[in-house]
Amino acid sequence: MDELRNALGDLAEGWEERHGRRLYCAVSRERLVEAALRLLGRGLRFATASATDMRSAMEILYHFSIDREGAVLSLRVTLPKEDLVADSLAPHLAAAEWIEREMAEMLGITFRGLTDTRRLLLADDWPAGSHPLRRDGEVPG
Amino acid sequence: MGWREWALRKSPWVFHLSTGSCNNCDIELIDCLTPRYDIERFGILLVGSIRHADILLVTGSVNRRSAPKIAALHAMAPRPCLVVACGTCACGQHMFKESYHTVEPLDAHVPVSVYIPGCPPKPEALIGGIVQAIGMIGRERADAPPRGPADAPAVPGAAGHG
Amino acid sequence: MTERIIPIGPYHPLQEEPEFFRLHVEGERVLRLDIQLGYNHRGIEKLAESKSYDQIIFLVERICGICSTSHPFASVNAVENLIGVAIPERARAIRSAIGELERIHSHLLWLGLAGHFLGYNTVFMWAWKARETVLDIFESISGNRQNYAMFKVGGVRRDIRDDLAPGYLAALDRLRPTLDLFRKAVEDDPVIHARTKGVGVLTADDIRAFGAVGPTARASGVDVDVRRDDPYAAYDRVEWKVCLGSNGDIHDKIVVRLLEMDESLRIIRQCLGPLPPGEIDARVKGVPPGEGIGRHEAPRGEVFHYVRSDGTNRPARYKVRAPSFMNVATNVKAVVGGTISDAAIILAAVDPCYCCTERAVAVEHGTGRRLWGGDDLVRLSRDRTRRLREEMGRP
Repeated sequence: MDELRNALGDLAEGWEERHGRRLYCAVSRERLVEAALRLLGRGLRFATASATDMRSAMEILYHFSIDREGAVLSLRVTLPKEDLVADSLAPHLAAAEWIEREMAEMLGITFRGLTDTRRLLLADDWPAGSHPLRRDGEVPG
Repeated sequence: MGWREWALRKSPWVFHLSTGSCNNCDIELIDCLTPRYDIERFGILLVGSIRHADILLVTGSVNRRSAPKIAALHAMAPRPCLVVACGTCACGQHMFKESYHTVEPLDAHVPVSVYIPGCPPKPEALIGGIVQAIGMIGRERADAPPRGPADAPAVPGAAGHG
Repeated sequence: MTERIIPIGPYHPLQEEPEFFRLHVEGERVLRLDIQLGYNHRGIEKLAESKSYDQIIFLVERICGICSTSHPFASVNAVENLIGVAIPERARAIRSAIGELERIHSHLLWLGLAGHFLGYNTVFMWAWKARETVLDIFESISGNRQNYAMFKVGGVRRDIRDDLAPGYLAALDRLRPTLDLFRKAVEDDPVIHARTKGVGVLTADDIRAFGAVGPTARASGVDVDVRRDDPYAAYDRVEWKVCLGSNGDIHDKIVVRLLEMDESLRIIRQCLGPLPPGEIDARVKGVPPGEGIGRHEAPRGEVFHYVRSDGTNRPARYKVRAPSFMNVATNVKAVVGGTISDAAIILAAVDPCYCCTERAVAVEHGTGRRLWGGDDLVRLSRDRTRRLREEMGRP
């Protein structure tokens, strides 16, 4: 654990530790890919990512499993609502492609460097510009 | 009842369609084929093409992506083709009624003859429902499309394989 | 040679979820695979935001019917992680027993389908017949064959009767000869070897790149299992081991699942014989604001749930990641370069059973390219097994 804290070192903007070996580390969106690559380089497994509309901002958590310690380390990135753009992990990690496509259609986040920008889950006739998990704006039913 | 309907009642072939389900009903349907339930002893055969089917078994809550396929598939079936709604999702959309990705329930897309509730229905209930549908061959609902060979509507790419 | 497209799906009676694939082939070789999802999307994450924590368990139970306890398991783990509550020993043992019973029925189900795709319908029938034993036990415990509704935050909703537990164990013991028979067949039969060894290989690097989990990862020698790595329920209180393969081919995926069923039987025996005495519910009152992450090793691999609470009785965000979300993507790698006749079993090997191979809803038209159907794929696979059996003199 301490080794991971050192590995992220200057990239980390804040640490939180929760029950049952759960770590959350805030990073800036500019340094996210760098932080993720450092974790992958230390043998962590990318589990998934989850984005949440916090109303005032958008928050993305990238969850990495530390299998040998039974812990989960989540990188927390906050995006301002008026500029929902993040760098894509998919060019470095195949596992990130589907979840980034899902976050793009569900919450309207643009991932810079994601080549496949087709929809993953929503129907073809789903109205463009409408994102079901957003808290601002109407969702068609 | 004509001779065709009489013959059909002895060996109805069924086609299975999932419209966005959790797969439980689907698995229980397959389970009906395996040794304990063995519905093939009633002449019921699960077929791989809607063009061979007499009964259409539908599971799932009808999501936005599947919805356009339902009526198209039903139209491709030879007549008569009875529709059986398997499970609470197909009957009335269950807990997915409020979801943004489900549309109108199954019976808004095709005429449904038998509803089998349950989450999932037990294989015995499914067999009971199918047997009930067999009893309805020759007395389809009034709003069912006319009997006789389907005048295959233009479904893109539908020719050839089913 | 011209490139042809084989559409598979989206509807097939033997699959877990409707999914749609396009196999691009040249002659016998598979060049490329396109995967299209969404036929099953029901907006569960959004629905969860309108449900109480108790209701969410019933909602996530209906994500997948085959592993219908996997999502409730991860869900209670996530909410309990948020609260930081410890659950009673008896509830732990019941949870693990239910989880392992489910693994046995799910692996048997998969084994049957794999047999069907290889052209061994007897395996299909026998495996599903054996599976009925497990479903009977579930019906006795919970009243339902699937969707057992056993879990709640803080414990379990229903007890397992101490006087009935020996009967369950005796019934499970009667499964052993069938499991041994399957294992011998997979170990010895040269036709099964010819069809599965070196087919659909995923290397350990592929597994890491795609983040694949469960038996798919373990068959490639990647040693991950949440039950051991991040123990919960009774998994750190019983003796068992993680089953590993090494070659990453179809054969090792079958072997890993067969061995896992033996381990599951061991775990159930220790959990139920006898169950620890005491309460089955920690009586949780309310969920404080915060975040929680819960995981469970489902039959197909790690289920990952993330929950964020704002202190009300409903979550502010609920994220679900099923193992197949990671595993399905590996097919893009496993199937390319192989032959069409192997595609059916490779697509089935990660066990989303999504080889929607009996039905084609042909979507390409007017391009002049010949469309093959998914039903051709199963036929090709079964023809190949028959040819091999004839060549090897094992009709």
